[in-house]
Amino acid sequence: MLNDSDRIYKNLYGQMDWRLEAARARGDWEGTAEILAKGRDVIVEEVKASGMRGRGGAGFPTGLKWSFMPKQSDGRPSYLVVNADESEPGTCKDRDIIRHEPHKLIEGCLIAGFAMGANTGFIYIRGEYYNEAQRLQAAIDEAYAAGLLGKNAAGSGWDFDLVLQRGAGAYICGEESAMLESLEGKKGMPRMKPPFPAAMGLYGCPTTVNNVETIAGVPTILRRGAAWFSALGRPKNSGTKIFCISGHVNNPCNVEEELGIPLKELIDKHAGGVRGGWDNLQAIIPGGASSPILNKEMAEAQLMDFDSLAAVKSMLGSGAIIVLDKSADVVKAIWRLSKFFKHESCGQCTPCREGTGWMMRMMDRVVQNKASMADLGLLEQVTTQVAGHTICAFGEAASWPIQGMMRAFRPMVEQRTIDYQPPPAIPQAAE
Amino acid sequence: MNRQVEPQHFEFDAAAEAEVAKAIALYPPGKQMSAVKTLLDIAQRQMGRETGSAWVPRVAMDVVAKRLGVAPIRVYENATFYTMFNARPIGKYHLQLCTTTPCWLRGSDDVVSACKKISGIANFGQTSADGLFTLTEAECLGACVNAPILQINDDYYEDVNGERAEALLNKLKAGEALPPPGSTIGRQASAPITNQTTLLPATGPAE
Repeated sequence: MLNDSDRIYKNLYGQMDWRLEAARARGDWEGTAEILAKGRDVIVEEVKASGMRGRGGAGFPTGLKWSFMPKQSDGRPSYLVVNADESEPGTCKDRDIIRHEPHKLIEGCLIAGFAMGANTGFIYIRGEYYNEAQRLQAAIDEAYAAGLLGKNAAGSGWDFDLVLQRGAGAYICGEESAMLESLEGKKGMPRMKPPFPAAMGLYGCPTTVNNVETIAGVPTILRRGAAWFSALGRPKNSGTKIFCISGHVNNPCNVEEELGIPLKELIDKHAGGVRGGWDNLQAIIPGGASSPILNKEMAEAQLMDFDSLAAVKSMLGSGAIIVLDKSADVVKAIWRLSKFFKHESCGQCTPCREGTGWMMRMMDRVVQNKASMADLGLLEQVTTQVAGHTICAFGEAASWPIQGMMRAFRPMVEQRTIDYQPPPAIPQAAE
Repeated sequence: MNRQVEPQHFEFDAAAEAEVAKAIALYPPGKQMSAVKTLLDIAQRQMGRETGSAWVPRVAMDVVAKRLGVAPIRVYENATFYTMFNARPIGKYHLQLCTTTPCWLRGSDDVVSACKKISGIANFGQTSADGLFTLTEAECLGACVNAPILQINDDYYEDVNGERAEALLNKLKAGEALPPPGSTIGRQASAPITNQTTLLPATGPAE
């Protein structure tokens, strides 16, 4: 088990004060100017060497992402955007960083902003986190008052402003280009890529979008060194990660652990085990709503890191683990996710706008034991016509839960269709 | 409850004006449209203060458009795209129940039943006859390890069940103050309710 001394977030649970003074006592803002004095290239190299991969879901190497930003401005400013639109069902880690460790995030913004040549950062927080946004704004105000933001931030010689914008209820704004649209005051509809944000992002200027947990981890990495971070976890999957364990466990909780920890150990040790014991386990969704579900057999020896989960055609995503015991109806649980995706489709691309509703209605029929074997085949086929045929990855996100269910629970799902005899009826037009 | 009581007039009050000016000043010159969601939120909160129903009437959207110097449609499309803007009057207490899978697994169905029973509302999207409650089915609220979640206006009530949801709503009906938001079973934020395994008090002074 990870030692408390190796945990980045000592105040994950809010047992201590969040304010600047207490944050400083935990080591935040210590020697920030010296870190910046190393220069942006050294910082980017250090983050690359640490092996930090984006904590928002895609797992893209953070240092590499930063290196895409222009070294010389062509007259346009560069921007840092922090994605705090935490909305992936099962995920509630950034909320804890924002309300209990806001200064780690703010200091991370200054360092990341400097490393990519940005004098302005924007944090986009989901609208429902009203109290969390108040807390973060208060922390930002504290930082300004203490000279840690603004002109010559933290005495580093670098000017850095930080703006907090609240969203207003739209999951899709967690997609980086939809977030940029929303920040500009438009509907949150994803953009075509290329151009990528590093070339043309917010207001048409070079922009990098990072997750809260990614940015908030950077100051600690730079203080303790890349070697410390990369020694934790597994090769190419280094460091610590906040896992959110929800559903049918005895003690649902958030916990920061090493990447690569066995799933079973994570649940047994920190979440009090599966309700009714490990043998009562039916399924686990390992990385947020869009990550394909695992059955008990698959979950048994599963390691929790980017590459180990990709190897079983699932994903680490945001590290949100949703546990289902044997009392749960797996099909209904997936149907509810289909309903979520139907509700949250932005409506821009036809395959997604129409497909998410269609998949939800078909899943509803499976839940009610009113689908035939042929319907199941059709459902699977339609998921492949949505995934990969949309501007953003939402099409995949909406399709994967159903595809994962068919991979992990095919015999059970097929059993539900075997007895069904469709009534002879005149075909009607689809809704 | 779909009676549109569209007001004839809307104007930001003094408190709102100060917030509006502050919000627009956050963005680079010419990029004031970035403040549109903030302005709509300010308008919605002002409606809540003035009428007890936090919603954005069309005249308020027009005021926002004028302030930002954009065509009204640019504001309408924001107001209708984002779910947190209410285009119709709502109850004094907006009850948003999360029923997405993590909450559903922890018993959100019971919370839904309890809220319907106490508020007298039959279906999601409706407002009680006394104008006290509006019941909305929410998609994931992002507090899943504290499921199920009942959001009352701005505040999350976590780890609720049917019984505790009933108690909260009964307090509102009786005009009593609610307990502070957060866990309704005394949990420390997202820590396990018992047998905390990490960050034990020995690692740092308790608050």
